[in-house]
Amino acid sequence: MSTVEKTSQRPVSTYLHKRPTFRLVALLALPMTWLIGVYIISLLLLLVTAVWFIDPFTSKVIPGFTLDNFVSIFSVPAYLSTAIRTLAIALAVTVVCILFAIPLGIFMAKIARPWVRNLLAVAITLPLWAGYLVKLLAMRLTFTEQGLFNWLMEPFGITGPGFGIPVTVLTLAYLWFPYMALPVFTAIRQLPHNLFDASADLGAKGWPTVFRMVLPLITPAIIAGSVFTFSLSLGDYLAAKFVGGSTQMIGSIIASNINLNPPVAAAFSMVPIAFVVMYLVIARRTGSLERM
Amino acid sequence: MRKSKLAFPALLAATALALSGCAASSGELTLTVPDVPMKTELGAFEGELNIVNWSGFVDPKWVDPFTAETGCVVNSRVAGTSDEMVTLMRTGEYDIVSASGDAALRLIVGGDVQPLNMELIPNFSDEIAEGMKGQIYDVVNGKPYGVPIGRGANLLQYNETVTGSAPESWDVVWESDSPYAGKITAYDAPIYIADAAVYLMYHKPELEIKNPYALDETQLAAAVDLLKQQNAIIGEYWSDPVAQITSFVGGNTVVGTSWEILKKFAAQDNLKTTLPIEGSTGWYDTWLVSSTTPNSNCAYAWIDYTSQASVNGAISMNFGMAPANIAFCATDAETQAHCDQFAAEDEAFWDQVWPWTTPIEECVDGRTEVKCTSFQDWTNAWVTVKG
Repeated sequence: MSTVEKTSQRPVSTYLHKRPTFRLVALLALPMTWLIGVYIISLLLLLVTAVWFIDPFTSKVIPGFTLDNFVSIFSVPAYLSTAIRTLAIALAVTVVCILFAIPLGIFMAKIARPWVRNLLAVAITLPLWAGYLVKLLAMRLTFTEQGLFNWLMEPFGITGPGFGIPVTVLTLAYLWFPYMALPVFTAIRQLPHNLFDASADLGAKGWPTVFRMVLPLITPAIIAGSVFTFSLSLGDYLAAKFVGGSTQMIGSIIASNINLNPPVAAAFSMVPIAFVVMYLVIARRTGSLERM
Repeated sequence: MRKSKLAFPALLAATALALSGCAASSGELTLTVPDVPMKTELGAFEGELNIVNWSGFVDPKWVDPFTAETGCVVNSRVAGTSDEMVTLMRTGEYDIVSASGDAALRLIVGGDVQPLNMELIPNFSDEIAEGMKGQIYDVVNGKPYGVPIGRGANLLQYNETVTGSAPESWDVVWESDSPYAGKITAYDAPIYIADAAVYLMYHKPELEIKNPYALDETQLAAAVDLLKQQNAIIGEYWSDPVAQITSFVGGNTVVGTSWEILKKFAAQDNLKTTLPIEGSTGWYDTWLVSSTTPNSNCAYAWIDYTSQASVNGAISMNFGMAPANIAFCATDAETQAHCDQFAAEDEAFWDQVWPWTTPIEECVDGRTEVKCTSFQDWTNAWVTVKG
């Protein structure tokens, strides 16, 4: 009796309840249209272009099938060394971010007073408000010969590294740090206080506590953060352009080929994708992804 | 390094055309280009004009009077690089482009732009600088495709506080024993290979480079070797003008490729430019009209309008280059100062400058027994230079 009344009151719910398939379709229609229609299709188009030819005379793309563009990644020494250099830079950026994020996270979550914690949280996220190019130019100005860094370090007789790979790593670490710091801070904050107490009771001092208790428990957060720092660094090329001196990254090769040789650019854009997939597979092997 | 090497074949072809009425019968430099018809008479304005241009070429100050006069509404799309210009023009959505020579010849041999009927452009007159007429990048087989806008040379800029005096040669940016190693900047684009070729023309005559844009495989390999040698002493490459300026002002760069306008923007007394003994390359910008444009009457009107002294001069001052129409120089003291700074009337200066020209498989120095390297080859080579 009462179900009949409810039926008449909620026709949409009733309709959906009776038709689970339609319910599923309605739920997934929008995200799937986006995922397949926009994201997957454009990736496929990219992959297809990578096996096409280029007319050397007019730089026009000709459909066809060749693996030469992929082969060139390995056969041209400059391409291979650029790919390896980019991988090394992305890994270095990730390591730097982790090294900064863990002590900061522990301090913020367990030691700092609430107002200091809030201040630091704002300080970490504040750079996200500024434009990407603004931050790049800020780093550029900081590390120029007559810039802030050299001015500050002059009394100690230290001069900056000049534009090159070290400053590129530092700049990328600066750009992507919030993506590592926030998940790590949140993860440490969720660790119960009594775990620290237990660790101390068992005689562990600072370092053993960090390495044997904190680190294993926050590994999923570090992996989550590193997916951002690693993949964003792989795709970046403006940092190399503005603070890298003569450093060339994968993105630089894509950018210089995008108008003149789109197939090579497309083939090269697969390299960061391959690196990220490899990274995720390794992360999965360690079991970290299941606990995320 | 005489400009006549470039202009001579083209002028000869033009003369042959005028005398015999038969295109490129002279046997001098003949390039294979698609046959695109030329406009024979002007018609009614279409009411619309879509322009691909460098930043500063299209400004309400001279667009508004043009639109008021012709009814052609101007839509401007600013491009950042020559490659972007070529890509945009090939979409067929634009009527006209302010291409530099390294884009112009590519568009001409690709059939993307049409030959121009100069009789319909009365402002293209004696007032146009001699050095901008009949150059190979926009006059092919005797047919003019472009109308000059302005030009600028790639000069050697140096920090006088550090160098003490003007370097006489480009060797300070090329040789491994340069006293400024690590503080050198170079232009970040494949066309920069031509600068290496210009240096080799002077110092390695045995390579027999006659034109820095006509390099066979051996000559390109020599240029690439020189660029790789330079890569070891480069502080940074620049393609963004702001980055170049901050690099010189901030002290990271002491010597390197620059434009007169960048020195002006840097506004530092100790930054100077010079044209070294080897000569240099330069960018010569011209208006080109799309071969598929539905707005050709507006396009011709725009080219004619912007070729008059006042408008052409305004564009050149806005961008910071030597105007094509040198009648502008005599307008007043300010314009004369502008022309003097950018060497607008100094043809002896421009004789030492090789205008950017797209390298194509047919050698633009007239050689027929070898195949030259194309811009595609240059692009591939450029990536390997930076390693």
